[in-house]
Amino acid sequence: MLKYILKRLLWIIPVLIGVTIIVFTILYFSPGDPAYLALGDNATPESVEAYRIEMGINGGYWERLGNTLLGLIQGDLGLSFRSKTPVINELIVRFKVTFDISAWSIVLGIILGIFFGIISALKQNTIWDSLSTGCALFGISMPMFWQGLMLILIFSVTLNWLPPSGYGDSWKQMVLPVIALGVNSSATIMRTTRSSMLEVMRQDYIRTAKAKGQTYWVVVLRHALKNAMIPIVTVIGLQMGTLLAGSIVTEAIFSIAGVGKYLVDSMLARDYNAVQGCVLLIAFVSAILNLLVDIIYTFIDPRMKTMYESESGFKLFKRKGAGQNG
Amino acid sequence: MAKSKERKHTMLAEIWRRFKKNRQAVVGLVVLVLFVLVAIFADQIAPYGYDEQNASRAQIAPCAEYIFGTDNLGRDVFSRIVYGSRYSLSIGFLAVGISVLTGGLLGVIAAYYPKLDNIIMRAMDLFMAIPQMLLAMCIVSALGGSLFNLMLAVGLSSTPKFARVVRASVLSTREQEFVEAARAIGSSNFRIILHHILPNSISPLIVQATLNMAGAIISASALSFLGFGIQAPKPEWGAMLSAGRKYIRTLPYLTVIPGLAIMAVVYALNVVGDGLRDCLDPRLKK
Repeated sequence: MLKYILKRLLWIIPVLIGVTIIVFTILYFSPGDPAYLALGDNATPESVEAYRIEMGINGGYWERLGNTLLGLIQGDLGLSFRSKTPVINELIVRFKVTFDISAWSIVLGIILGIFFGIISALKQNTIWDSLSTGCALFGISMPMFWQGLMLILIFSVTLNWLPPSGYGDSWKQMVLPVIALGVNSSATIMRTTRSSMLEVMRQDYIRTAKAKGQTYWVVVLRHALKNAMIPIVTVIGLQMGTLLAGSIVTEAIFSIAGVGKYLVDSMLARDYNAVQGCVLLIAFVSAILNLLVDIIYTFIDPRMKTMYESESGFKLFKRKGAGQNG
Repeated sequence: MAKSKERKHTMLAEIWRRFKKNRQAVVGLVVLVLFVLVAIFADQIAPYGYDEQNASRAQIAPCAEYIFGTDNLGRDVFSRIVYGSRYSLSIGFLAVGISVLTGGLLGVIAAYYPKLDNIIMRAMDLFMAIPQMLLAMCIVSALGGSLFNLMLAVGLSSTPKFARVVRASVLSTREQEFVEAARAIGSSNFRIILHHILPNSISPLIVQATLNMAGAIISASALSFLGFGIQAPKPEWGAMLSAGRKYIRTLPYLTVIPGLAIMAVVYALNVVGDGLRDCLDPRLKK
């Protein structure tokens, strides 16, 4: 198992290199020269060249790509064009903020999603089921940024209960962003929980468990939920990635100084080193989260562990996983 | 030939029969058709132009004459919403069209030519490592924010997802006997893919496309909202939200209404997509 984890961790390195190449290439061909943006249109060629050397953005495509990759290997993401400070320092500070909000949001999403998913599967075709599936459908249809704005409109502007923006001064500032992000992911988690539970509840072993006189909730939680967990965990893993992307919009709305807001500001200011750093960080965190999800699988279903441990089984699983995703 | 046409017809009728049973999906379809009609006949429906400013009627809350009110510049919000449907719907349809074409092509090639499979799918994995919204943001900021570029960015960013769906679906169809039979009578690869494999592996693609259209509309409006994509005077719903946000304290309907419009379209697409999935899913076929 340890060997498998190590292998997966090593696999992250080529992924990050690939992501760097993709993002670098897209940004390289973007319009707008950062040197002229920083120095103004009337800058002399000499000062432009000096600025480029200072920022490490001199040379052609291949030279710059090489430098970027070399820097990446050394843990250097370059200097921010705006502040002229290392991007990585800025990212570390801001990531804590984004991590905090995302973590609380996913906890909220998991609790709400699994709870209502189970209720709606157990009470299939009743009013409770229609209510929760209806709400979940509304949840996934609502654009996250609009949901955030509506929360501000209701709880800050109209009721004046919670502050509409900022982060770090009091816990109250966390409430709205966490609800905006968490409710959105709970909708997807709820839908998966419901369909997975419905499928499991039809199985023979559930009937057996009931027949041998097991109490209802033990059957639901120990026999059914445990076996229904694999798709739910998969979706939770996917949702964590979505949350990171969703934090871009949410942080912009609630003016939270996290990675997402940094990314949007950097993109609008054409601060490409900072953009690249943000994308890399998000890709890296997503890769780690995927690995975590795969490790959690082994706790839910010990068969997965044997699959990971045998080489051929791993391939088989990978293939199956790809199919399920589609 | 005539026989196959007839069978196709009954299959469509069968799908429609199953789709009709799902009341929610039918409602979604009706809403969707209404929005398409609104987008087509926007010139006839909108009482004013989308950029017709009139200071004398600025900041009127929704009332009988201006059912969605007017904004800070005196533009009729209802007319802007009506014209805005053109942006959202065309982005939804064309962005998904782009991802179906690119993803479909890559998926078919990957599934059909094992030598290329690894290269294509590993490349897709790399693109999947970047969250879709982020990728779209990078592409649209590189290309510049016009309607077409926004479609391209949103479409290309979901190419990997479609490539996976199509590949998985083609892989399972490829093993069927009728493909073997077609190969045995000497059909070319191209013919086998086009006439035998694609028609038989299309249903997951249709479902994915419908549900993705909802996602595409949300991403495109989010990008416009953040300041990439389509920019203000244009009545794109996300851009309208972004402009109205400044007035959330005084003119809250400027943020409420465009969001409701986005939600209605996305909701309709989601229920239609769910309905299609339920009636195309082979596991439910009896």
